[in-house]
Amino acid sequence: MKQILAITWMNLRAIPQRLGSSLVIVIGIAGVVGVLVALLSMSQGFGATLKATGKTDRALFLAGGVTAELSSTLLGDVLPLLRELPGIRRDAEGRPLASAELVVITELRRGEGAQRADVNVSLRGIEPMGLTIRPELKLVEGRWFTPGLREVVVGQGAARQFQGVSVGSVLKFRGSEWTVVGVFASGGDAHESELWTDANTARSAFGRGSSASSLLVQLESPESLEPLKAALKADPRLQVDVGTELAYYSSQSQQFSDQIGVLTGVVATIMAVGALFGALNSMYSAVSTRQVEIATLRALGFSNLPVVLSVLTEAMLLALSGGVLGAAVAYLLFNGMSVSTLGANFTQVAFNFAVTPELVHKGLSWALLIGLIGGLPPAIKAVRMPVVEALRGG
Amino acid sequence: MKYFPLLWATLWRKKTRTWLTLFSLIAAFLLLGLLQAANSVFNGGGVQNLGANLLITQARVSFTSPLPLRLLPQIEAVPGVESVSFSQFFGGVYKDPKNFFPQFAVAPERWLKTFTECTLPAEQAAAWKNSRTAAIAGKQLAERFGWKVGDRIPLVSQIFPLKDGSRAWEFDLVGIFDNTSADSCPRMGNMYIRYDYFDEARLFGQGGAGIYVLRIADPNRAEAIGRQIDQMFENSPDETKTQTEKEFSLNFVRQLGNLSLILNSILGAVFFTILLLTGNTMSQAVRERIPELAVLKTLGFTNGGVLGLVIAESLLLCLLGGLVGMGLANAVMGALAHAPVQMPPLKADAHVWAIALASMFGVGLLVGLPPALKAMRLSIVDGLSGR
Repeated sequence: MKQILAITWMNLRAIPQRLGSSLVIVIGIAGVVGVLVALLSMSQGFGATLKATGKTDRALFLAGGVTAELSSTLLGDVLPLLRELPGIRRDAEGRPLASAELVVITELRRGEGAQRADVNVSLRGIEPMGLTIRPELKLVEGRWFTPGLREVVVGQGAARQFQGVSVGSVLKFRGSEWTVVGVFASGGDAHESELWTDANTARSAFGRGSSASSLLVQLESPESLEPLKAALKADPRLQVDVGTELAYYSSQSQQFSDQIGVLTGVVATIMAVGALFGALNSMYSAVSTRQVEIATLRALGFSNLPVVLSVLTEAMLLALSGGVLGAAVAYLLFNGMSVSTLGANFTQVAFNFAVTPELVHKGLSWALLIGLIGGLPPAIKAVRMPVVEALRGG
Repeated sequence: MKYFPLLWATLWRKKTRTWLTLFSLIAAFLLLGLLQAANSVFNGGGVQNLGANLLITQARVSFTSPLPLRLLPQIEAVPGVESVSFSQFFGGVYKDPKNFFPQFAVAPERWLKTFTECTLPAEQAAAWKNSRTAAIAGKQLAERFGWKVGDRIPLVSQIFPLKDGSRAWEFDLVGIFDNTSADSCPRMGNMYIRYDYFDEARLFGQGGAGIYVLRIADPNRAEAIGRQIDQMFENSPDETKTQTEKEFSLNFVRQLGNLSLILNSILGAVFFTILLLTGNTMSQAVRERIPELAVLKTLGFTNGGVLGLVIAESLLLCLLGGLVGMGLANAVMGALAHAPVQMPPLKADAHVWAIALASMFGVGLLVGLPPALKAMRLSIVDGLSGR
């Protein structure tokens, strides 16, 4: 043990003399970890936003066989039937806590210069009950829209990302003018990327008759879902699917995480391979410049293990500092950065990059692994060479 | 050129080091090639082959809101418009949602007249016009699923149920269209069904035509024609937005967000790493060879000659690694183009190659110069004595 410490300490003190090749390991691995953490923090942030949207005691009805609200149409004649299904909570006056909502896509402008784009943003028409069902809603600025008037409120994510949606501005949809009267927050979820208005106003303006895209209901309890499903299935008039709101939004974030996961895997693996060869190179040269030194130690009676361990420790310590550097850069550059991208509903979802401790942990594990693999062959080479030959200077 | 054997020999003086450096360089340029190609897609490189003769008229509110079919005569009457096709997105799923590809409901005669960069054999075109449930697919799409003319294609529409409420539609594949010249048809991954049948059979949405695609005679008049059309429908519930197909596609890609920032950050990290890595290798290589360089000078090599040799060695190393890396990147992109995934086609175009070559030379010079200067300034006596 004493031997190990002695040699390792000696190696580490010599690092400043080999600054160039040590930096190769540190920077190479910092690059890998930085990119890995940055990309994963994007998918983490997106997932957190979508998962915050769903609750298990709320259920969402969509047209049968449809996976996204946007492509779903529930015709006006089925909506009253759905509202009367069992398991849906009622208010003091006995009205079902249900909101038939219409989602249409509108275009808003985002970005400047070469990044300027007209992006798809959801305009959600909700029924008054829609506000009651969602206690997480909070008005941040202005007031709620007045049913019957062409007024919209914008989510605070949308207000940050898109142009021309500050309170008081006027939007033009289908030849008519809509006034922005407020900004709302809903706990950092996906709705904060939307524009909201009254369901009936939206239906008439977009010529949707009495239809809706979805029906959101408050369940009596999460356990009420199964009986509700059974009742829905039993009625042949209804070709409608129902699931918890949480399940719907989780499945939407899954697709995005999968795509980002593939991208991250490919990019980080290629970078890791490059950094690995760099680490091997540096450690080989570290070992070869110390060839005589190592041979002397072995001639003095030091066993092989401390020598191997000392080389490995050096490689892994350098790798670890690279990993910390990379994670720190990723954190400083990206954590909390607010962006928006196309979600599964084909509309923009605004979210913040989130560099979490788990991601940093993952990045550092990669760093240590690269350090280990990069240090092992040179370490073995160091003790394989016959002492006499090594002492002669190779 | 006569010094090439000497260069080659010095490059491989330490085999392990050169191989390891080369592998790192290959990995770096593989990534650089792939990311730069992706970057080029996001900055409009991928839409170069979209014809400047096509305009797209969409609902101002969003291209997902269908424009009514009744606008057709008015749009067609605008001077300079040669032909008009309209297409409604069908949103069908073929067996599994992972098999995504776009399908559109169109009028066959109009499609054939407007999309002249794509070619459909005459007898297949006739078959398409003859049968209401007939459909055509791009060659790339047909190859992806192994479809042949005569196959029956089941699609479950995510948007449109049939009159009986079912979503299971079926179409007969009667034709497979192809490019007229290399890469001329950017629609090879799409499928087209007949609008008349679709409109009659769907449960709701009758009369919605989707977006209009206009072929115009003179691309220079694109903006004027677009403005004229948009003015016709101003302040109506069916306000339009007309732009070239290229702008439309570019906007579509940009919807994904500011990916260039992320890609460029990665590229920066990669580039910095290559610099450091090859720089370290070159300075080590020169340091170890000081006596040899002194011998070269004794033999009569000028200071400039030695400088040139070291720089040439560093360039050779970077070019070797860079070219192999770019070759690999091309192979990967080629494989991706045939892979059954939905993504914009990545291609290392001239722009990507220019950046890659500039990086190879840039890195080669930058990392070669300091040790080369050191070698140039070396005095023979010091060098030979190993001081």
